[in-house]
Amino acid sequence: MDVRAQISMVFHLDKCIGCHTCSIACKNIWTDRKGAEYMWWNNVETKPGTGYPTKWEDQSVYKGGWKKNFTGEISLRGSGKYKGLLNIFHNPHLPVIDDYYEPWTYKYTDLIESPEGDDQPTARPISLITGEPIDIKAGPNWDDDLSGTPDYARNDPNLASLSPAERDAMFQLERMAFFYLPRICNHCLNPACVASCPSGAIYKRGEDGVVLINQKVCRAWRMCVTACPYKKSYYNWHTGKSEKCILCYPRLEAGLAPACMHSCVGRIRYLGILLYDADKIKDAASANDDELISKQMNLILDPFDPEVIKDAKSNGVADTTINAAQYSPVYKFVKSWGLALPLHPEFRTLPMLFYVPPLLPVMASVTEQSKEQTEKFDSIAKVWNDKWLYDTSTEELWQNVERARFPLKYMANLLTGGDENSIKSVLKKLMAVRIHRRRVTVGDVSNQKADKVLSDVNLSSEMADAIYYLTSLAKFDDRFVIPPAHREQAIEMLEYTGDTRGSAGFGFKEKPSRIS
Amino acid sequence: MSLFNNFLFIGLPYAALVVFLIGTIYMYRSAKFKFSSLSSEFLEAKSLFWGSVPFHWGIIFLFFGHLIGLLIPGAVLAWNSVPLRMVVIEVTAFAFGISAFIGLINLIIRRKTNRRIWTVTSKMDLLVEILLLVEIFLGLWIAYEFRWGSSWFAAVLSPYIVSIFTLNPDISAAANLHWVIQAHIALAFVILLLIPFSRLVHLLVYPLHYLWRPYQRVIWYWGRKKVRDSNGTWSVSKAKNN
Ligand code: SF4
Ligand code: SF4
Repeated sequence: MDVRAQISMVFHLDKCIGCHTCSIACKNIWTDRKGAEYMWWNNVETKPGTGYPTKWEDQSVYKGGWKKNFTGEISLRGSGKYKGLLNIFHNPHLPVIDDYYEPWTYKYTDLIESPEGDDQPTARPISLITGEPIDIKAGPNWDDDLSGTPDYARNDPNLASLSPAERDAMFQLERMAFFYLPRICNHCLNPACVASCPSGAIYKRGEDGVVLINQKVCRAWRMCVTACPYKKSYYNWHTGKSEKCILCYPRLEAGLAPACMHSCVGRIRYLGILLYDADKIKDAASANDDELISKQMNLILDPFDPEVIKDAKSNGVADTTINAAQYSPVYKFVKSWGLALPLHPEFRTLPMLFYVPPLLPVMASVTEQSKEQTEKFDSIAKVWNDKWLYDTSTEELWQNVERARFPLKYMANLLTGGDENSIKSVLKKLMAVRIHRRRVTVGDVSNQKADKVLSDVNLSSEMADAIYYLTSLAKFDDRFVIPPAHREQAIEMLEYTGDTRGSAGFGFKEKPSRIS
Repeated sequence: MSLFNNFLFIGLPYAALVVFLIGTIYMYRSAKFKFSSLSSEFLEAKSLFWGSVPFHWGIIFLFFGHLIGLLIPGAVLAWNSVPLRMVVIEVTAFAFGISAFIGLINLIIRRKTNRRIWTVTSKMDLLVEILLLVEIFLGLWIAYEFRWGSSWFAAVLSPYIVSIFTLNPDISAAANLHWVIQAHIALAFVILLLIPFSRLVHLLVYPLHYLWRPYQRVIWYWGRKKVRDSNGTWSVSKAKNN
């Protein structure tokens, strides 16, 4: 057993309100620079939708992640030692800026400098790359809230395996449901970006698992952009270096939560330590499709197990880190309660950011008859009657989940690699917690019924209360359990940041520009 | 004339070599951030294919062709002793030369006509591209006009270049060549001189070591076990690789 520590995260999708505060917090700190304007290390996309960059999940186009060969070994899909070095002069799978969007600003000076005339002066959009006027074709979150044409949502790669009927059902306007998917770099255990970098500029920090790009070793071979299946490694066209989310490591080292997490309005984000067994990484990454999640869960270790603690100590994991692992909210969501799942486990990078799937779109609308819809329609406000839309009645206990309006297959494609049963079991647990809490707060559910629901999903009422607490009431310190950086090590960190470990995101010693 | 020849074939090569060596070391130590291929594929990928790919494969073949002629002229002469084999070599080399030439022209056109690429173009990029274009053009001219270069290069020029590197310059062979060939040689040294200060540095850091390293890279601040070892000293501080 090779016990290591990983800073890991959980995003609770039911709570995300799609406000993009996280994206802005990140942008203000890290990517408000020339060449990085188009980068959103943290972005929030509407699902179903094509996302950012457009259709990033479609690996038949972008060739990201690992694939399992017939020999049972895994290899990088679009890069790797031979493909990478051969395609170095022209990488056929590299997304170009138009797959994201061309960044722009407005020519505000025109508003005050235009000569007097009959028409109001306008501020025309100009490209932040060329400085010329442009026709804006796309922007960050162009399809936010299913805006634009329905074509955006319909092009979602996760819909591919749904039957035409299921798809149609999803997109009838009156049945439309969606949710938000905030994404940052997953700081994977088997990172494709690291493996694809010919220069060896990308590395995983041993102590906390943060994946970083050494800006001085990056040579713009651009393979990581192709290799990351989540498209979370970005190419800075101005400096000729790739950049990615650094999990705000300077903040983490100072005991602060990363900016996106700290600022999260919906308080959907949790961060904590997970202990894992590095010996099992290879096995977990090359598991069969149906075992990917269980094997990944398996390599996460119980921080209370004396054996694990012993091995962790002998491996140099600090006591404070072990302690933080025991209080980790992430461990609770992922392992103790089994509520959180990795995004697209089939990409085989072993992402260490987990998502609690959203229950609300699943619960939305149970009844099908249009007649009933009309009756429930509020004639004045023209809004759906809440009780009808989100049916919290408990007549038939699992009917909502079983007859979900939002095809479970879709959610399964996103979070379990297509396995509907795992997603169903998580949703049932979430539902059970709601029913249990309804018994406590409203009291219109019989004890017998609520207990049955809980035992159906193997939760005790204490666990349900704990889930409720961490979901709804948790304070800052419950949501973010950051192990302290040790003073003696912290000095080391500062001393060596520039020399041995590069200075990604930490400022530059030389002017960050092309050679002129 | 001999002063000029001395400058061209002794002064310039040594200046270029010294500047190249010291410049590379200096830049690598003080401005490592600038060691980048500065790829612009992200801004424009389609027409790059028709420039970058033929150019790079062409220039790589030519580079190693010249290198072999320099290092093992005897072997080249032996190979060329059968005329057919010599013709094959010459035609192949010429084809790669054309490929590099056309690729570079495509790259220059792309650079000039695409607005996005033009904004990331520096004066040095232009200088380097034009010098390379002239150099390849001269090379093609020589190959066409002064046939069977693979043979006379090995016989006449290799000794000169070798004499430069052995610090015993003998320019008699070089000084009597046609001016086109002389220009080709001199320009090569100018380009060498510019390598550390232009985007050409990327050819010095071609990541061949990728083939040997394991795919994953983990870096530790500390030798993990040593930190816990009470008998050890706390002076262990170098970051350790995996
Ligand atoms: S999400 Fe992408 S960039 Fe982040 S560690 Fe994984 S492979 Fe690398
Ligand atoms: S700040 Fe939080 S709630 Fe708002 S979009 Fe980001 S993750 Fe969602």
